[in-house]
Amino acid sequence: MRYLLRRMGFYLVALWAAVTFNFIIPRLMPGNPALAYLAKIHAQNVTTAQYLAMQQEFGVDPNVPIWKQYFDYVNALLHGQLGISISQFPSQVSTILSQSLPWTIGLVGTAVFLSFLVGTLIGMLIAWRRGSWYDTAVPPILTFLSAVPYFWMALALIYVFGVNLNWFPTDSGYDVFNVSPGWNTDFIGSVAQHAFLPVITLVTGTLAGWVLTMRNSMITTLSEDYVLMAQAKGLPERRVMFNYAARNAILPSVTSFSISLGLVVSGSLLTEIVFNYPGIGFALYNAVQGDDYPLVEGCFLVIALAVLSANFLSELVYTFLDPRVRQGRS
Amino acid sequence: MQATNLTGQPIESSTVLYRAKGRGSSILRVITSNPKISIGLGVVALFVLVALGAPLLTPYDPNASVVRGSLPPSFAHIFGTTGLGQDMFAQIVYGARVSLGIGFFAAIGSTVLQVFFGLTSAYFGGFVDDVLSLIINVFLVLPGLPLAIVLASLASSADAANKNVVLALVLLFTSWSYGARVLRAQTLSLREREFVAAARTTGETPLRIIFAEILPNEIALVASTFIGTFVYAVGAEVALEFLGLGDTSKASWGEILFWAQNNTALITGKWWQFVPAGLCVAILCAGLAFINFGIDELANPRLRAERPQHGRLLSGKKKDEKENR
Repeated sequence: MRYLLRRMGFYLVALWAAVTFNFIIPRLMPGNPALAYLAKIHAQNVTTAQYLAMQQEFGVDPNVPIWKQYFDYVNALLHGQLGISISQFPSQVSTILSQSLPWTIGLVGTAVFLSFLVGTLIGMLIAWRRGSWYDTAVPPILTFLSAVPYFWMALALIYVFGVNLNWFPTDSGYDVFNVSPGWNTDFIGSVAQHAFLPVITLVTGTLAGWVLTMRNSMITTLSEDYVLMAQAKGLPERRVMFNYAARNAILPSVTSFSISLGLVVSGSLLTEIVFNYPGIGFALYNAVQGDDYPLVEGCFLVIALAVLSANFLSELVYTFLDPRVRQGRS
Repeated sequence: MQATNLTGQPIESSTVLYRAKGRGSSILRVITSNPKISIGLGVVALFVLVALGAPLLTPYDPNASVVRGSLPPSFAHIFGTTGLGQDMFAQIVYGARVSLGIGFFAAIGSTVLQVFFGLTSAYFGGFVDDVLSLIINVFLVLPGLPLAIVLASLASSADAANKNVVLALVLLFTSWSYGARVLRAQTLSLREREFVAAARTTGETPLRIIFAEILPNEIALVASTFIGTFVYAVGAEVALEFLGLGDTSKASWGEILFWAQNNTALITGKWWQFVPAGLCVAILCAGLAFINFGIDELANPRLRAERPQHGRLLSGKKKDEKENR
């Protein structure tokens, strides 16, 4: 329990760091959001009073001391206020984000789950049949696939399956013209159809990591005495593979879950952009294109928050799986 | 973009060096003895040569429009031309300079940070370690690419003088934490060795112990994290440029893809505008990853291709089963 509290403390510090980065970075750069907004709307004849009012609205009033700005910023965040979007003025950043977050969570969640499941199974099998032709062939192929940039893989899939073969839709999260969002089969089917290529993109990009982690860990586990003992007892091969070797070899994969999650989220941003998928990545891209700092920062904060919570969850799972962590450190 | 050195197991340089000495030869022997390292190094060397010898390989200026736009590949233009009529092959070979250059400098800077944070944190321990490893871990859990996008978009709108330098700095800043943690773990174990205690008793300064005694002993690990960072930096650099956050006026792999996307090359079937650049990134990164797998194998004998006793037992059993049938 004390261990978990300490980890929770750590994640709070990490979150605070993310918030503080978000506060400091724009203020280190020349210019400010008010100027950017004025440039965006091609405003002319702006009076000093109007300019000052705008600076106050964006929280960068030069007459307010910097510590007070920081305090106000954190206070606003705690109340869920992320500011006003510039490119979609006057929408609240939080409204835009709450619309796009479910799409990203669905996409990343499905991709991570599939990739972990398939990758770990393949890793286990090729380690078990070590030296066979597929053990020699699979890792280099997967390494090459994971070296392909996410967005390029997405482009290639669109070109082959979207444009040439016309099997899957390549744009947006669902068929915006023919179905309306809701809990009906038409909508869910449309969402699944639209998510197919993005999910495949993410899975091919991350599969190699799971396969190689599991393969290397499984090889180490297979040389343990208890595996030899299990075989000597004449247990069925399948049982030795799953219940004796793989069960113990899977722990490093669970540990690397937290690190790989950041990579999957990064990959998902690019994938969403290419597929015009209405998630956080697409919102971030539009915000970057439109010089919309409040939205850029809001996207980063939400992504950081999501990744940190997911990391914390994976640590909880790990503590549950490996008693050594619980006993060793508390 | 997947982090390499996937096992996360510490690599002992001494193992690698020992093997080199055991065969009575130099570091060259280590490199050629492992096929994965040789293949990887060959691929990387090829790209470096192409980048350096760009003017010898193509007569065209990568940024000048030489012909009508969007020609498919032909003898005169083996990779076709871009929407503006620039020679795609020239763009690729000159673009290799930008992409390799930014990736290399980001990775070098990042490695310096990794060594500094990892080694000082582990060597001094106590309060220093608490503070430094907190910083390392915070950077480790913060998502790197989104942070890089935020930084690069703010910097690019501020009209920075040289966007490539900005990109390299952004990548450096967002990529060092993983390597720092790996190096810290290894230094923690090296710190307890006798040679460090001996150095301490002879009165060497901490600075000298860290950089002259401990660092040379984990140089293989440093090389491996350097390569891992290089892979990340090249991938992230191309991604940031693809998003339009780089210098859009000069040819580089990311810019080629940026313009291909903006000119809807995909929907109109101009495959030659995005296939070469993407393949180059993939082949280069796969080559780098191969070097890292090779280093992994050298350091962890269990992963090498020779079958351990256990493997033989299994395959023997399999054969028996087949014979019985």
